Amino acid sequence: MSARIIGRAGMRLAALLGVLLLAAPASAAPDDFERIERGRYLATVGDCVACHRGPNGPYGGGTALETPFGNIYPPNITPDRVTGIGAWSADDFWNAMHNGVRPDGAHLYPGFPYPNFTKVTRADSDAIFAFLQTLPPVNAPRRPTELPFPLNIRFAMFGWNMLFFSPGEFVPDPGKPAEWNRGAYLVEGLGHCGACHTAKNFLGADSGTSLGGGMVQGWTAPALTSDSRTGLGAWSVEEVMEFLRTGRNVRSAASGIMAEAVEHSTHAFTESDLRAIAVYLKSLPGDGADAPAPVAASDPTMRQGAAIYADGCQACHRGDGQGVEGIFSRLAGNQIAQQAEPAGLIRMVLAGSRAAATDAAPTAPAMPPFGWRLSDEEVAAVTTFVRNSWGNAGPAVTAADVAAQRGRLAGR
Amino acid sequence: MTRRLPRKDVVVVGLGWTGSILSYELCRAGLDVVAIERGPWRDTASDFNIGTAPDELRYAIRHELFLQPAQDTVTARNTPDQRALPIRTWGSFLPGNGVGGAGVHWNGHTWRFLPTDHNLRTHLISRYGESFLPENSLIQDWPMTYDELEPYHDQFEKVAGISGKAGNIKGTIQEGGNPFEGWRENEYPTPPLTMGYAQQLFIDGARKLGLHPFPKPSANLSVPYTNSYGVRMAPCTYCGFCERFGCANYSKASPQTCVLPVLVRQPGFEARTRCEVVKVELSADRKRATGVTYVDADGQMWEQPADIVLLCGYQFWNVRLMLISGIGTPYDPRTGEGVVGRNYCYQTSSGVTAFFDNVNFNNFAGAGSLGANLDDYNGDVFDHGPHGFVGGGGISNAVTNARPILFHPTPPGTPSWGSAWKREVKNWTNRVTSVGSQGSSYPYRDCFLDLDPTYKDRLGRPLLRMTFDYKPNEIRMAKFMADRCEEIARAMGASRIVRNDRGPGWSVVPYQTTHNTGGAVMGTDPGTSALNRYLQSWDVHNVFVFGASAFPQNAGYNPTGMVGALAYWGAAAIRDRYLANPGPLV
Repeated sequence: MSARIIGRAGMRLAALLGVLLLAAPASAAPDDFERIERGRYLATVGDCVACHRGPNGPYGGGTALETPFGNIYPPNITPDRVTGIGAWSADDFWNAMHNGVRPDGAHLYPGFPYPNFTKVTRADSDAIFAFLQTLPPVNAPRRPTELPFPLNIRFAMFGWNMLFFSPGEFVPDPGKPAEWNRGAYLVEGLGHCGACHTAKNFLGADSGTSLGGGMVQGWTAPALTSDSRTGLGAWSVEEVMEFLRTGRNVRSAASGIMAEAVEHSTHAFTESDLRAIAVYLKSLPGDGADAPAPVAASDPTMRQGAAIYADGCQACHRGDGQGVEGIFSRLAGNQIAQQAEPAGLIRMVLAGSRAAATDAAPTAPAMPPFGWRLSDEEVAAVTTFVRNSWGNAGPAVTAADVAAQRGRLAGR
Repeated sequence: MTRRLPRKDVVVVGLGWTGSILSYELCRAGLDVVAIERGPWRDTASDFNIGTAPDELRYAIRHELFLQPAQDTVTARNTPDQRALPIRTWGSFLPGNGVGGAGVHWNGHTWRFLPTDHNLRTHLISRYGESFLPENSLIQDWPMTYDELEPYHDQFEKVAGISGKAGNIKGTIQEGGNPFEGWRENEYPTPPLTMGYAQQLFIDGARKLGLHPFPKPSANLSVPYTNSYGVRMAPCTYCGFCERFGCANYSKASPQTCVLPVLVRQPGFEARTRCEVVKVELSADRKRATGVTYVDADGQMWEQPADIVLLCGYQFWNVRLMLISGIGTPYDPRTGEGVVGRNYCYQTSSGVTAFFDNVNFNNFAGAGSLGANLDDYNGDVFDHGPHGFVGGGGISNAVTNARPILFHPTPPGTPSWGSAWKREVKNWTNRVTSVGSQGSSYPYRDCFLDLDPTYKDRLGRPLLRMTFDYKPNEIRMAKFMADRCEEIARAMGASRIVRNDRGPGWSVVPYQTTHNTGGAVMGTDPGTSALNRYLQSWDVHNVFVFGASAFPQNAGYNPTGMVGALAYWGAAAIRDRYLANPGPLV
């Protein structure tokens, strides 16, 4: 399949070169094979398709990228000369990745995570570009963004960049092992983990602890730091690797946007890259915040929650909150359950979620939605119970929290 | 107008257990497979949501998972001189519909047949003489031995994760298992379910009588399990919503929980749902199928050419598609000639309902195949000489459910409504259990399937007509089995026992079993079988027919274990032999 695509795209490129006598932006000559294949892998690591997929194929663009400010429609990045990046040079591509600027000088929105991609090396950028140039060109004009004034003026990003963006390739820390540096390069750069897992300020720029957890599209992106309650402190390196490779481990299952990230991207990482990422993440300190005191089991809300849990939850998640390994998530010690912000947990109960399906773990079980049969007060009770049982601790959830999330979900 | 589609290597008709197994095995062999299924796509996560799956009204009463009779049905009669009438509300059996087929709504009893069930005719004649066989019976040998099929049972059990206790591993009898079963290469993949109190009484009572009880082999899994395809399953929660329901807990083996998660990842696989195959198309010389014609949900007709056609529908529909398409010679009961429609068999059940004082069975904590069994009276395990019949059945105590609408057992004499009825239901719900026999059903010259001369389906095709009744041999067998059930119930300590006997006059109304078998049976003689030993049509070599329609007769067991084993047996024959040299394999 992939060989067929390369072959067809290569022939088209050759024809293009012959007719137009262009200096090739990147050619698919046989000696470029290794670079193109490396670019294919790096494009998978960067999960380009997460945003650039659409009705015209995985790189044809057109799917809405939801931001707190309005929808952005990531463009076609196939080598179509008119609607894609067929007329770009490798320098143009590098300029977009490194500086967030298009060949026409317009500023890109940081929905395209150039604050992360700026860390990508020139060689890797060129490899990704070379790979993208081998794709079959797709004629798919971009849709305009749906951002409100003044954000719809791209020059506004100039000011944003002044405030929040400093371009610069990743600089390895000579005091750290190569594996750690590779992990840092992938996590902070191409992997753009912080796009979801770092909290954002009101202008959409990183704020607070890097990789300290964030909210995206109503999902919780838990902390990736070593906080043992809300982050990866209790996870082993192997457990982090298994999660990224298969979409699950003994503790948890990837769901929501992370399920997509696993299916499109992380399942295909090399073992050495998975280990490097896990080693780097495990080195990140937690924010050191003390765990809140758990809500007492005798609290009336907790007792109501326990009854709802027994009726609706424990068949899968079990009475001791341990779940079933490899299929139903363990709630005891669960990060999403214990985040300070409960919206992600509330969403899970209201609207359900489906785990990732991978070759290694194809089952893809689902958490069903319960919003249709539980009131706001009941969801608040059961989520409070889950947040404060089996050693968990998290602030109580209110019916108002549930109503707010229900309202946001109703708009989807 | 029929529109023609690009050719596929394989077209699979029906995406249930056999369709999904064959699709996956042949995709893995590198073939392009399209499965055409007349019902909807069904998926555990979307369709068997734990919040909505245990809905007795929706599924058990309104039959959401079953074929709707308005879409298709069968006509039925007891004898060839009667006029058959269409079944307009399912009763005696419940044919499935949609992806997963009957594998979605089954209980999960997963059996192998006895070695002597395979060479039944030869065995019975050698032990009792030919005159001992019932009059007009068509009992036949299976075209493969138990030993030949053993590895394929093993393969299916490992995909389905069956919970049980082996009774015979490589010839060594195992404590706590079924000592009468054929040898097994391996122990069951997962240990037995936890028996309830009623099963414990059954086990103790049966042992007192010198019988050999063992836990029923179950597709409701006792522990988490990753199957041989890498698909993960969860342990059963004893919720009591198995038969007629999809399992919400990934605990009951089904195409959804065992095969589809890997099948849908195969690049060579495609499923077309709400598409009904109306006919298998044959070449001019009628020796090859060229593909199938099907109608989609919008009424558009399509022709799907293919090199191999696999009929993987429910037993009725496989047989009817063969009759409509002209694959094989239709059976004629007057002459005994022809094979398609021959050897239709059902299942002959009988037993007792047992009421107890001073017990609490907690019947609501059930599972489709939570039960204890014994095979002392199955098949030809015991000497039939003194009894004057052939056949037998497994005897079991099982607690499948105590669901609120259909489970309200009361002793005879109880008013059927009002406060007295309510009081008695409350009184007995937790103090009742059953001891039942699932008996064999053997074939007769005048029990068969053919095309109805009068009634047609919504597409104008003749309905399938069933002609069937319980015969004296089966009625005697059922009485013998009910006697045994009664003895066991007494040994369990029942204070009141109500017999459920089986008389002549099969009725389509009360639910009995969905184990319809035969009609396109496999054998060694094209004069008495529609399929050869590889489930391949004798007449049209690129048509293979899977499912219980291939059983020469039905044994005292549930059919799915055998259906699964035959699917793997056939898949191996296609993959390893047919692809290299397409043509008759025998």
